[in-house]
Amino acid sequence: MKARFALFRPTARIGWVTIGAILVGIGIFGAAWAAAQKEDAAASKNRKSTYAALAEAPEKAREKRNPFAGDAQAVAAGGKLFEQHCVQCHGRNAAGAKYGPSLLREEVQQATPGMLFWILTNGVVRRGMPVWSKLPEQERWQIVTFLESLKLQSTTAQSGPRNQ
Amino acid sequence: MGARVCPQLVRRKSPGFIFMVLAFSLLFCLSSPTQAQESPYIVTYDHYLEEPGSLEVEYFSTFGTQRGGNDFDAFWTEFEFGVTAWWTTEVYLAGQTTFNDSTIFTGFRWENRFRLLQREHVVNPVLYIEYENTSGADKILKEVEGHDVESDYAPSNAVLRKEHDHELELKLLLSSTFKGWNVAVNPIVTKNLLPSEPWEFAYAAGVSRPLALKASPNRCNFCPENFIAGVEMYGGLGDTQSAGLRGTSHYVAPVVAWNLPSDWTVRFSSGFGLNDNSHRLLLRWGLSREFSGFGELVERWLGGRP
Repeated sequence: MKARFALFRPTARIGWVTIGAILVGIGIFGAAWAAAQKEDAAASKNRKSTYAALAEAPEKAREKRNPFAGDAQAVAAGGKLFEQHCVQCHGRNAAGAKYGPSLLREEVQQATPGMLFWILTNGVVRRGMPVWSKLPEQERWQIVTFLESLKLQSTTAQSGPRNQ
Repeated sequence: MGARVCPQLVRRKSPGFIFMVLAFSLLFCLSSPTQAQESPYIVTYDHYLEEPGSLEVEYFSTFGTQRGGNDFDAFWTEFEFGVTAWWTTEVYLAGQTTFNDSTIFTGFRWENRFRLLQREHVVNPVLYIEYENTSGADKILKEVEGHDVESDYAPSNAVLRKEHDHELELKLLLSSTFKGWNVAVNPIVTKNLLPSEPWEFAYAAGVSRPLALKASPNRCNFCPENFIAGVEMYGGLGDTQSAGLRGTSHYVAPVVAWNLPSDWTVRFSSGFGLNDNSHRLLLRWGLSREFSGFGELVERWLGGRP
């Protein structure tokens, strides 16, 4: 009888709490893993809606002008920033990779600089793209300038994968 | 006292440090690094989460002066994983060396951060939930809560480690970024899971800004945009039995982060106690590296698609 009651002593209770916490931990990690898998499986489906997120940019944001438009230095700096922060998801040539869609697609190419800036700032959080407002505004515009330079390249080459 | 024992800090290779070296080496071989834009805060959190699928491995060390006892070097290793763009999970393993005493493992923490709003707003809230299983000898001072004061840390490790803390910690991370400036405020509530223990309150707040807001076109180590400087402040606010500033400790700490193009981030912070209940000095440094594609790597290990 004593032994049974010992389970409810404060020290024993802490032991149970630890076991409980570990089990909850395993559960949450399992759920995290499942969520990641689900997100991955839905990734290709989501790509269309990721592009659609560009259209959600408010009018005021769309009309913003790129302060670095046509600035070769900004293209180079934006390329450096793209390599540091974006290649992981969008691939080395911005042609898309497992986690991120191609940025050579028509939807991105035809977006205004303001729309690209807005997407960079706000991300598409539910579909896997984080917010990038931690990069200062100028750096985000430098990335937009780099993406715009891709527009020029892709209109001449038109060779980006279409089915990403 | 600090000056007398400091050489020991240099000579001693702590188990935490060795563990950190092994962890970094393993990940170095298996995953591809990516440059992070890490904030300089060590105690305060902003609203930015880990990128999905990325793992960040961090090692931090805190050297603290101790009146009425021996100075210490507390260390911890963090494994931070971006599950989704709105959820980051993190495990900490902590230990400490108290000079002229011993080196011990002091426990683990498991935290989760959830972004509450999809888009950027003037103030961005993130919910932080942490479970902590540590001994009373834990000295990383990652949070200063309730009536935590310097004298709590004075007894020997043998005495302190007899106490066990099982805590649930909740934070609301409020953060805003405007024209390069980040302002973050974290109200904190902690509950020891023993029913008799009260809820404790605390705060952490920080301001930071990169030294330059525009990136240079070339790869460079010492470009000003690689440095983010700021200041953070943290301390306890009492508990449900006696809320307020009485019998609490507070710190202010200038902080700096150096985001290297070689994918490492180095952080420094020198915290100064603001009242008689506080340690005089908390000297912190941290080293971290972010590994992208870690999620894919695990997936491959578990037999998923390459």
